[in-house]
Amino acid sequence: MLFQDIVFWVLSVLAIGASLGVVLVKDLFRAALLLVVVFIAVAGFFVLLSAEFLAVVQVLIYAGAIAILIIFAIMLTRDVQHGNLPNRFQIPAATLAAVLLAVMVAVAVDTKWDLLAGQAQSRAQAVQTSAVRTLESPGDLAGLERAGFATEGERTAAQEAGLADLLIGDFVLPFEAVSLLLLAAVIGALALVRPR
Amino acid sequence: MTLESMMIVAAIMFCIGLYGTLARSNVLVVLMSLELMFNGVNLTLVALAKYVVPVGIEDNIAAVLTGQVFAVFIITVAAAEVALGLGIVFAMYRNTESVDLANATELRN
Repeated sequence: MLFQDIVFWVLSVLAIGASLGVVLVKDLFRAALLLVVVFIAVAGFFVLLSAEFLAVVQVLIYAGAIAILIIFAIMLTRDVQHGNLPNRFQIPAATLAAVLLAVMVAVAVDTKWDLLAGQAQSRAQAVQTSAVRTLESPGDLAGLERAGFATEGERTAAQEAGLADLLIGDFVLPFEAVSLLLLAAVIGALALVRPR
Repeated sequence: MTLESMMIVAAIMFCIGLYGTLARSNVLVVLMSLELMFNGVNLTLVALAKYVVPVGIEDNIAAVLTGQVFAVFIITVAAAEVALGLGIVFAMYRNTESVDLANATELRN
């Protein structure tokens, strides 16, 4: 627990500091590199929250693809060194962000969350961490038993629960919609940058 | 590390992104700030998936992964948004020779 807290605080400082840097640093290129730091810190948060698959996706898609795309765009434009200028909405924007932050913090602290407790939490963690499995250990049966899955049927259900099941099962309609969206976005981007 | 502390960190990231989106004049910085906001939302979803009892957990233990599925969708939408956003930035740069949002006035009048 102590180790997790230390990692949490280090990642928090890293993520918030780098986020501030992205918005405030004058040099666009440095801002983009700080954005990569934010992405990797968030990947660390995902590992901490037992979402290993999302951590890998975060590094591949955000720190890999999106950051490179943004850096490409920055290199193709002018005024990289002093490009990050404020506009005239600075004070209203800062006020709005501060008010929204206060409201969100108040709601997060004030709400009575229906938290997973004790046994239920260890069971949830077992399912979440086994969302990524290797061929050598396809679900650790003894580990599942320790996590509180008493009967054979429960253990099988926990073993079979995975992100792919939900993506192709309960969420198949949004899954297909989002694939269509990606296709449309790529075609749209191609049509936008095509020389006339 | 609790649900609340995780959500507060995510909220701070979201609000920094909101400030950057509204108060910066460079369209590339606006895109980067949008990514910050997406990441804040993703962090909240995954934290809720870890700590809060999900709907339907009695029928199917896989319900604890619902928040992560939502995060997967948001990451996909963010990728589509960046592809389109950078396409628009390039089109704008070609037409106005600038990435300053104050110069993007073609739709006015």
